[in-house]
Amino acid sequence: MMTLTTSAALSVNSMPKPDQPREHRHTLGLLADPDALHDPLDIRGSDPLWLSTALRGMWLIRRVEESIADMVAAKQVQCPCHLAIGQEAVAVGVARSVEPGDRIFGAHRSHAHFLSLGGNPFELFAEVLGREQGCSRGMGGSMHLTDPYHGLLGTVPLVAATIPIAVGAGLAAQMDGNSRVAVSFFGDGAAEEGVFHESMNFAASMRLPVVFVCENNLFSSHLHISLRQPSDCIARYALAHGMPGSTVDGNDVWAVAQAASQAFMRARRGDGPSLLEAVTYRWRGHVGHREDIDVGVQRKGDLARWKKRDPIDRLACAMVQQGWLDAEQLNQVNREVDAEVNDARLRATQAAFPPASSLLGLVYSS
Amino acid sequence: MPGHERLSYGLAILSAFQYLMRRYPNVFAIGQGLWSPWYVGNTMADLDKEFGSRRVIDTPVSEFACTSAAVGAAICGYRPIVIHPRIDFMLYAVDSIVNQAAKWRHMFGGRSSAPVTVRGIINRGGEQGAQHSQSLHSWFAHIPGLRVVMPATPGDARDLLIASVLCDDPVLYVDDRWLYDETAELAPIVETDLRSEGPMVRRVGRDATLVGAGYSAYLCERAAEQLAADGIECEVVDLRVINPLQTEVLVESVQRTGRLVVVDGDWSSCGLAGETIASVAESVDPEVWRAKPVRLTLPDAPAPTSSALEQSYYPRASDVYSVVHSLLKPSPHETPLRRDGRPVRVTR
Repeated sequence: MMTLTTSAALSVNSMPKPDQPREHRHTLGLLADPDALHDPLDIRGSDPLWLSTALRGMWLIRRVEESIADMVAAKQVQCPCHLAIGQEAVAVGVARSVEPGDRIFGAHRSHAHFLSLGGNPFELFAEVLGREQGCSRGMGGSMHLTDPYHGLLGTVPLVAATIPIAVGAGLAAQMDGNSRVAVSFFGDGAAEEGVFHESMNFAASMRLPVVFVCENNLFSSHLHISLRQPSDCIARYALAHGMPGSTVDGNDVWAVAQAASQAFMRARRGDGPSLLEAVTYRWRGHVGHREDIDVGVQRKGDLARWKKRDPIDRLACAMVQQGWLDAEQLNQVNREVDAEVNDARLRATQAAFPPASSLLGLVYSS
Repeated sequence: MPGHERLSYGLAILSAFQYLMRRYPNVFAIGQGLWSPWYVGNTMADLDKEFGSRRVIDTPVSEFACTSAAVGAAICGYRPIVIHPRIDFMLYAVDSIVNQAAKWRHMFGGRSSAPVTVRGIINRGGEQGAQHSQSLHSWFAHIPGLRVVMPATPGDARDLLIASVLCDDPVLYVDDRWLYDETAELAPIVETDLRSEGPMVRRVGRDATLVGAGYSAYLCERAAEQLAADGIECEVVDLRVINPLQTEVLVESVQRTGRLVVVDGDWSSCGLAGETIASVAESVDPEVWRAKPVRLTLPDAPAPTSSALEQSYYPRASDVYSVVHSLLKPSPHETPLRRDGRPVRVTR
């Protein structure tokens, strides 16, 4: 494990105040250091074809999230939106290992999960706008996304709530006996909920095919992890719960993809669950479009440095360096994605609202 | 009669498990103590031997994770039955039941659902005290999307469990250990649609309507038998399904009797008894009432341990008997009294 040698990982604002000392060990080292890992990714020996897809996928997420941010700022979107700008590589890297029949569950910040699995941007826009053609028929909004066709069985904002539900999907997969895998996306805050540990324990003791993916962005809604846990490393819990744990640079899509591949293979073999921790950083507030202030916490100094660890730029630069992509091709991808996003957004704003009958008609089966 | 068998309430539950698990391969049971069924009386005896430890899953001490795991399996096409041997401990799993299962269909626009059956067992008395005695069914009956079932008879214990598991909605099935030894002659199983199950008249009468669910319905029947010996004919309505609550049978009964006593083994504040009276009151004309409606519930205190206090804590058939007598012989200055001398809460 790397040891952190600089205190630059924490801004003055997020450090514990002298009168409230809290126990904390920085064990993530460079992974949590905003001045580290700014260089282009090391993609030697990787899969160029997939990386092209990944780059496009991350750009799609970025543009959709920025569009939603604009709509939130314009009050065109009212529902609480937790944006994943800056965290795109985790969703896209994990999605590389997802196969048809796998079951994926997310949380409050799951637009990226929806899109990375193949979800239709129009359905996402329509959902956050509360329209009937949304992925949840306009009944869920940003925090309740579903896309059964692509394996996304649900995202909910109750912290850690889908972790045990994903374990149940793993239990179902084990009963089915078909080597399908369940995936649970959650954040570092969720690791502080008791049910996270219940779920890890249950999955390990039953040897269930579950991949636990922690997106450690170092913040709960408003508190830095140093004020919440005695260590900043979530993968440490894997040891206690008897499963392999790994920590990777969550802004390195290839590193995420490789670590995820190990975890998925283990699950498909019937060897049980794994915990994958991807260290990353969100560029916007916990909720909403703003990046200058986040539920009372100002992260300006850190954010500017974290933006130099941009998962998209680092991949694009690496691919250009390798000669796998040139500037014109890059522009072409960006133009195509922009056109797709703008079209989806426009159509969503014109879509119809759910009928009044949805309110009572969907409470029970009919 | 041919094909009929006499079964206790406890063994009727067991027969429902056997029926479901033999017939439906996607049904499984999960909870604590399932391999050592003293936790659940005789209601799950030897199920693990017949169906194996993969379909009868004894779990770690993790109510929340295990209930949510069942929710997850239900979303994926299984029909799990989660067993909570005491409802008090089930509260660890409230998120699974209230936030997740009950809302899953609605918040995903009907594209997905979580048809899990949660079996919560009321296990009280015997000086078990505040945290080993609760029922709390009224809490759960408050939740849209969650069907709440309380069987009072061996027949319902069996048939409503089957209907709960086969229902496409999440169901909280609440059974009561105080009923496990009650027996009845049961006809062969016929599957029913839970959506069309609701309150049922157990006994016809003209003088007063006695209403209860689960053990409270049992108390109403016992009280009605005693009252009949005094020449008072009570109608007994067993609610059976307390959410969503169908009120037609209740309203129709009170229209005839003009008197309503609701018995509930839960607290009165914001409870099932109050809800029952309110829903009837909204539907009958004021002149129908021949007496103020009465709710007979737990006193608003946690369950005591000392047997001396426990004696007066739980409503008994004799309390129902006394209340009905008071209603039928009203004196202008007299409030009906419970067995312990405290006034019965009267609701207009």
